[in-house]
Amino acid sequence: MVLGLVLSTQAGAKGTGYVFVSHEKTNNIAVIDPKQEYKVIQWIPTSHRPRDMKFGDDRRLLYVACGDDDVIDVIDVATLRIADHIPTGSSPEMFELSRDEKTLYVSNEEGSLVQEISIADKLIMREIATGAEPEGLVISSDGKTLYVTSEVTDMVHVVDAEAGVVTDNIVVGTRPRRLLLLPDGKQLWVSNELSGQVSVIDRGTNRVLTTLDFLPPGFRQADVTPVGMTLTKDGKSAIVALGRANHVAFVDTATRKIEAYVLVGSRAWGVAFSPDEKTLYVANGLSDDLSIVDTESRKAVRAVPVGRVPHSVLVDD
Amino acid sequence: MIKGAHGLAAASLAAVLGSSPFSIAAHPEAPEVGGMKLGYAELADDPRYADRGAHSGIVFTDLGRPYQGSQVALEDAGAIGRVTGVEFSMEKATAKSADELAQRTSRWVTDDDIHFVLADLPAAALKDLARGLADRPVMLINISAPDDSLRGADCASNVAHTYPSQAMLSDALMQYLVAKGWLQILVLQGPTPEDAALVAALQRAARKFHAQIVETRPFLLTNDPRNREQTNVALMTAGLRYDVVYVADGSGEFGRYIAYETSLPRPVVGTAGLVPTAWSWSWDRDAAVQLQHRYERISPPRRMNGADWAAWEAVKAVTQAVMRARSTAFDAVRDFLLSDKLSLDTVKGNPGSFRAWDHQLRAPVLLSTADAVIARAPLPQYLHQTNVLDTLGIDAPETACRF
Repeated sequence: MVLGLVLSTQAGAKGTGYVFVSHEKTNNIAVIDPKQEYKVIQWIPTSHRPRDMKFGDDRRLLYVACGDDDVIDVIDVATLRIADHIPTGSSPEMFELSRDEKTLYVSNEEGSLVQEISIADKLIMREIATGAEPEGLVISSDGKTLYVTSEVTDMVHVVDAEAGVVTDNIVVGTRPRRLLLLPDGKQLWVSNELSGQVSVIDRGTNRVLTTLDFLPPGFRQADVTPVGMTLTKDGKSAIVALGRANHVAFVDTATRKIEAYVLVGSRAWGVAFSPDEKTLYVANGLSDDLSIVDTESRKAVRAVPVGRVPHSVLVDD
Repeated sequence: MIKGAHGLAAASLAAVLGSSPFSIAAHPEAPEVGGMKLGYAELADDPRYADRGAHSGIVFTDLGRPYQGSQVALEDAGAIGRVTGVEFSMEKATAKSADELAQRTSRWVTDDDIHFVLADLPAAALKDLARGLADRPVMLINISAPDDSLRGADCASNVAHTYPSQAMLSDALMQYLVAKGWLQILVLQGPTPEDAALVAALQRAARKFHAQIVETRPFLLTNDPRNREQTNVALMTAGLRYDVVYVADGSGEFGRYIAYETSLPRPVVGTAGLVPTAWSWSWDRDAAVQLQHRYERISPPRRMNGADWAAWEAVKAVTQAVMRARSTAFDAVRDFLLSDKLSLDTVKGNPGSFRAWDHQLRAPVLLSTADAVIARAPLPQYLHQTNVLDTLGIDAPETACRF
């Protein structure tokens, strides 16, 4: 099936700027075209509870982890239809592709493990035990190291991707959710949902270098629940979505200064830039909409209604 | 090497800093494994779990003991244990009296280096046990008694509470009633002291949030026609105006017949209808479903209840404190546990910590029907100068607790 897709010659879908939003409760993905007044040009029905999304095969394929059906759906980006399913263990949430795109690393929050799945064979090749509720994953640019957060045990596991073993554990803040590798190759950022912070880890020593605290005006520490993060292509500016504080933070990665807080919708999680980085998209899980943020004025200029409980945003850039 | 409170080698906790690896496979550099045992105390004939007053012969209350909740947290702590080199385990004592529990617990301290004991006890037994252990290095964690007295006049410095107080539960419900504009409350009160305590807590919450109890009417569980004024729901709810009916019925035998039987078409809250609770199996946000599933995997016949949650949270509080304090020594863990540095996942949104003035865990309260969580308190309308969770229950200025 995957092979068949590779043969499909339609490459017109590349670089469309389409915005894909997954919805945990309506079991679909909204495809939004910013050039058509942010119209939802397609609703792609998926398996149950779609969450994390990643492009594959030069953006011809879209992988979507569907937690309640224990599969990763494979969507043909050209036709915007489901083309295939890859079975996983129980409740996949976040995942990462190996650099050669032959392997999926999937965190199973119910099983307390990361599964290594061969895409071509649709086989679980290996299971790596983690702390309870593994969530965010990121793979180093050389493909050799995988980092995984465990929400319940408050740590980041460092995994040797080749050997499939945990080689180190880094205790971070409370309920670590997502990971961000900085392009300098030296820093790993971790969003800690309950302690309301980002831990900055030195990849050389696997130690927490410093902690960034967020506090948008009018909010309290307990309201600040950072989850989603993204970076500009040059790595100079990071975006941290602050969850129940209903803001996103713009952070200068060199100085680690918080430059701005932008008010968005309710419980902001998923974030992604438009191809020209003039626009930031923010998925608001409790207001069921997508905030359109102008990155120059740093203001939300529009809210686009989407499905129920939007989770992740991905842009075809 | 960090030493335990009684000189036992506890663990090599340098691993917390991330310098020591672990994996499922045995690792040559794996930290030396020490142990940290917790205790669990319950009464064999705890009246709360007896099949009492089954008017119809069928018991409808959830009688499960919360021990399984603690076991889920112990399992969760496995990964923390592998990293920190501390293997967490638990000893359980089921005794006939608080005295016997005090003896068992004292022996635990000396023989097993146990200092943190989950207490699934009614208020009187918990009070006795706390008194019996006053001079021992033991912290009791109350996982099932809601009594306000335990956080007030009868409070003890060697007790912390993960189970919400009756004041917290009542305030949670009252926030919702007031937010809805249901300010006129008719109270139906059962015959037990527990029912009286529920009504007392409701009266306090009504004063705090400016609602009115229009009348309190007693009810009885009987078929005696001479008592129909106290058994017939339609009669009991007739003849006055009210927005909502509050039922105080610890037996659970009466309350479930009130909805749809009231004289006026009004919602039912309290121990029936919309119930304030520490946990509901139907809560599906803030990673609750994952916790629920971990619970059901080890406890198949039952779903998680409020005391299960409190037991789970109690073990989590201790294991978190061990990890963050980088110690298994009693004083260090206790100090961290009770400090404002504790940021405990409540799986209900807001992070929890223990109130300095009465050792009550701050945590949200769920307002739940039989199969849905309608709201999570504190409601966003209610603000507080330091922590919104302190809008629930007894705040520092009003506490009667003196440690």
